[in-house]
Amino acid sequence: MAEFVAENLRRRFGDALERISDERGDLTVWVDRGRVHELLDHCKRDPELDFSFCMDVTAVDYLPLGGTPRFAVVYHLYSLKTGKRVRIKTGVPEDDPVVATAVDVWKSTDWFEREVYDMFGIRFEGHPNMKRILCHRDFQGHALRKDYPADLRWKLLRPDDLLDEISSDEMQRIRARVSHPISE
Amino acid sequence: MVFKDAALTPEEMPKTTPVPNPHGRMPTGVSWEPIESPIGRGAPRAPGVRVERHLVEELEVDPLAEDLMVVNIGPSHPAMHGTFRLKCWLDGETIIKAIPEIGYLHRCFEKMSELHPWQEVFPYTDRLNYMSPFLNNVGYAMAVEKLLGIEIPKRAQRIRVILGELSRVMDHFVCVGTNLVDLGALTNFWYLFRGREEIYSLLEHVSGARMMVAYGRIGGLMRDVHDGFEDEARALLKSLPKYIDDVDRLITNNRIFIDRSRGVHAISGEEAIDWGWTGPCLRAAGVPYDVRKAHPYYDYDQFDWQVPVGTTGDVYDRYLVRMEEMRQSLSIVEQALDELSDGPVNVDDWSISPPPKDMVYNTIEGMVAHFKLTFEGIQVPPGEVYSYTEGGNGELGFYLVSEGGGHPFRIHCRAPCFAIYQNIGPSLEGCMLSDIVAIMGSLNVIAGELDR
Repeated sequence: MAEFVAENLRRRFGDALERISDERGDLTVWVDRGRVHELLDHCKRDPELDFSFCMDVTAVDYLPLGGTPRFAVVYHLYSLKTGKRVRIKTGVPEDDPVVATAVDVWKSTDWFEREVYDMFGIRFEGHPNMKRILCHRDFQGHALRKDYPADLRWKLLRPDDLLDEISSDEMQRIRARVSHPISE
Repeated sequence: MVFKDAALTPEEMPKTTPVPNPHGRMPTGVSWEPIESPIGRGAPRAPGVRVERHLVEELEVDPLAEDLMVVNIGPSHPAMHGTFRLKCWLDGETIIKAIPEIGYLHRCFEKMSELHPWQEVFPYTDRLNYMSPFLNNVGYAMAVEKLLGIEIPKRAQRIRVILGELSRVMDHFVCVGTNLVDLGALTNFWYLFRGREEIYSLLEHVSGARMMVAYGRIGGLMRDVHDGFEDEARALLKSLPKYIDDVDRLITNNRIFIDRSRGVHAISGEEAIDWGWTGPCLRAAGVPYDVRKAHPYYDYDQFDWQVPVGTTGDVYDRYLVRMEEMRQSLSIVEQALDELSDGPVNVDDWSISPPPKDMVYNTIEGMVAHFKLTFEGIQVPPGEVYSYTEGGNGELGFYLVSEGGGHPFRIHCRAPCFAIYQNIGPSLEGCMLSDIVAIMGSLNVIAGELDR
């Protein structure tokens, strides 16, 4: 069904692909963490693949299964042109939970990656705003990790002024623009 | 004039005491500490307690507040349709910078799901997009059925289509109705909500609940529909178009509405795809992607219906697309009702669907099957799937990981709102303050689905 996708990726990334499986109609490609960004970029730019959508980014914590590496970051891509889907997975170890961001490939990964960081503590290198998104900024721990107890409650009420989301460059640009309204 | 951010002075600060966390059981083997002193208006007061200084100092330093007016819209505001916070820096009425903050309705649906057997997740899915709960039921049930590798009976498929499309109509009713009421057109709200109540009555008759139906089940439905379901559904098909037509005549050529919506928050198709938009908002931008057409399930390809698309992706086009989608949905309901045949609504497998009640009460096999299903859950083989349906707002995806056994190992919900709402900050820059209510309403961001 989606053979040409697997074939295309195998041709380009032969050694970096750890495993390719096609179960229940879902093509899954495991890729080495160091090359995941390159692979995602290829998936979008390659005219044959043309994965225009990044539908979802999430992660799985394999701790109870004793998985090494502990985490897997999961990307779900969709091509509007070919109607094919692919799932990209990459293993992330617990002691170095960092993956390269894909924000420069699809803008949609912006909040998806922030959610993964919030829930699993996996950081995305190069992300412009690597900050918690659903939980409070004073929240400690990462709720979807398997060793986080589900009945733990926090009482966190400190409001967020959100100023850390404006870069200093942008701050300067806004101020310059506002103080000279007639110059436009 | 200097405008400060909405900060409390030390005198205004509520005098509070750190309260021990009532549910606070620290995790074992984890090294973090709870933060030192949680404070807030809700906490019980005690005399002579220090004020958290950092709170006051931090909020007063907003370098932009000297030149710009800071307006916090939400988290609780009538025009925000849920608990979202949008912090806007305004120059006059123009938005210079806007940053959204979400998560106020976060309840960690995904974590909670891991604690329940597969079949007990349905009530949680109801609360994702609570404007069309049954569509979430269908999305989740389909995902687990894909993992199990089963196909549900034709009658269950048809009922899922009928109630799912009525839920979609309901979803669009709320979206269009509240969007218009925010813009000052109250009448339409009453017209559309009356139709919504009629659909609710049908859902109540079918499932017992008006809103949170929890009517879907893995392998079929909670129970068969009642006698007279078809007549009630056909009566809806007669009454609902009238409400849609009324609103159409009032609004579609309405000068005020057009002035407020045309060209507002326009987005190109490429841009919308890049941001991961799906559903009516994407189709308004001219991209004809609808899961029901692109990857048909439940015989959607055999029904005669069209996918409406817009051209500019602005608020007006989103309104037009939703209006037409409601008509198409009603057409699908009519065709599905015509083809509704008799038969079972659950798969004939006692390890997935509970046996009939008389078997449970009168035979040992039935009782054992029922008991095992309730206590151990449906035994789902190991594996992982991503299953997707067209929800009220777009592609509603469920990514499930099973490691065998009765409980999910991981459930992830791909919420369409989450992708749609993430460009609200950049895209609002340059808009007027009054546009926000039109934009927020047209995006139909549902907090339950956004925050999960």
